[in-house]
Amino acid sequence: MTDLTFSPSRTEQRALTNQRLLRLGFLAVTLLLLIPAGAILAVLVIEGAPGMTWEFLTEMPRDGGAAGGIATALVGTVWLTATALAVALPLGVAAAIYLSEYARDNWLTRTINIAIVNLAGVPSIVHALFGVGAFVYFMQFGKSILAAGCTLAVMTLPVVIVSTRESLQAVPHSFREACWNMGATRWQTIWRIVLPNSGSGILTGLILCVCRAVGETAPIMFTGAVFLRQVFPNGLFDKSMALSLHLFNVSTQVTDVPREIPFAVALTLILVVLSMNGVAIYFRMKLRGRKKW
Amino acid sequence: MVGETELQPAPPTPPHAEQRRAEIGAPILTVEDLTIRYGNKVALANASFEVRKHEIFGIVGPANSGKTSFLRALNRMDEFVHTMRVDGRVSFAGRDLSTVRNLYALRRMIGVVFPLPVGLPLSIYDNVALAPRLAGVRNRSDLDETVERCLTRAALWDEVKDRLQSLGSLLSGGQQQRLTIARALSQDPQLLLLDEFSIAVDPVTTMRIEEVLKELRHELTIVLVTNLVQQARRLADRTAFFLNGTCVEVGETERLFAGGAKDQRTADYLEGRFG
Repeated sequence: MTDLTFSPSRTEQRALTNQRLLRLGFLAVTLLLLIPAGAILAVLVIEGAPGMTWEFLTEMPRDGGAAGGIATALVGTVWLTATALAVALPLGVAAAIYLSEYARDNWLTRTINIAIVNLAGVPSIVHALFGVGAFVYFMQFGKSILAAGCTLAVMTLPVVIVSTRESLQAVPHSFREACWNMGATRWQTIWRIVLPNSGSGILTGLILCVCRAVGETAPIMFTGAVFLRQVFPNGLFDKSMALSLHLFNVSTQVTDVPREIPFAVALTLILVVLSMNGVAIYFRMKLRGRKKW
Repeated sequence: MVGETELQPAPPTPPHAEQRRAEIGAPILTVEDLTIRYGNKVALANASFEVRKHEIFGIVGPANSGKTSFLRALNRMDEFVHTMRVDGRVSFAGRDLSTVRNLYALRRMIGVVFPLPVGLPLSIYDNVALAPRLAGVRNRSDLDETVERCLTRAALWDEVKDRLQSLGSLLSGGQQQRLTIARALSQDPQLLLLDEFSIAVDPVTTMRIEEVLKELRHELTIVLVTNLVQQARRLADRTAFFLNGTCVEVGETERLFAGGAKDQRTADYLEGRFG
């Protein structure tokens, strides 16, 4: 009796086979994604490792990058990224707070939302030209870290805004209502309840912002990054080198570059991104790990 | 939700009824021709009644009858719900609510307890200390005193006094609901609004909270919205029956339940013949 009831019919048999095949198919496609990621890292490590020495990281570049190290480019990238973050994070979080907590659903809000989506879709070279016009000339920052950082900030703002807004929206509405009913203003509610519980989303925005700012080349090449420099920047209005632009130069613009140098520069670039991500992911996990409701 | 109506036999005529009548004072809340709309949808139409000082005013009625909307109008939640429109006149302590500029002071005078308990993701202590802090109290010993007093009055102190620093949002449902009441009391409200507070609470906790409310009515005025007819019978001095966005009838609870309802629909609802 039991055998009879539980043995699958022909249709059920077919459904089960399909189910197994599909599962394998989806798994295979997902595994395919690992190939480029793994291959990139493998090539960079194999080809670049011989060039990755302490001297390479700490010496000044010479001969247009064909000799010496990348110290000024490394430090320059940190300056540029930090400037971009310092501009994009407060502006982005403020805009996200407005959109999530204050804005009514009207034409202005809808226009802003469309603008954010479109801003995210603008090619980086267009951002570069905007940066030249807006920051280098109009704001008279000159070709400087500040101008380049602001350009990067404009480019990363949509990402920061969207991820922060999502995380603010993830805080249950009932918490807000409870606070309002106690006589709290919107801001008191945001400050005491909403913001402290959306840290992980703000950190996600920060990670994405850092990744793009470190890697972008076009927006900085006209606004503040230079081909070669043998002194560290001494302020926001100074120019500086950057890893991403340096990689472009040693790969295509300079002749007689030893083979391992471009790979070592690329490896450094990846490691900078990964280590910054690692720090942010660590904090995010710490924030998420504590269940709060 | 829980079948708690069966737990207790219907109470006899409340004792000390005379004493209660003496305690209840002049109207503290006057509602005249109140209409609440969300967009084009009317949630409550032309309601008129009054709530007297120190009374427990029960509101019963099926879903979508405008009970919760009424409570929201009292706390001027139309500031936050953009589609909500309130017409008519509601006076609290002699003041027309639509003319109140300092809505935050108004809301501090009115405590609210929601159907689903809302433990804010703060420590138990900070949950109860939030309202005093918003009002500017910084002194630690004042806050300590308020937290202990409010938790005690909400019948929660003994259960949480050793773990005031743990998260309020991780307490059990019944405890969170008492925490919500403690938080409402920490505002020192004149008026306490309860919106179907027992919906997510076990019967034992419900009874404990009901005892708490019987104590509180000596000090403040309570509007109790409930989906449990018997709860209104146990607690309310007067009861209003809302149906489909209208206030059908308001009367002495005793009289309504003794078959004295003027409107047939009220009588049917109170006796469980529909709804």
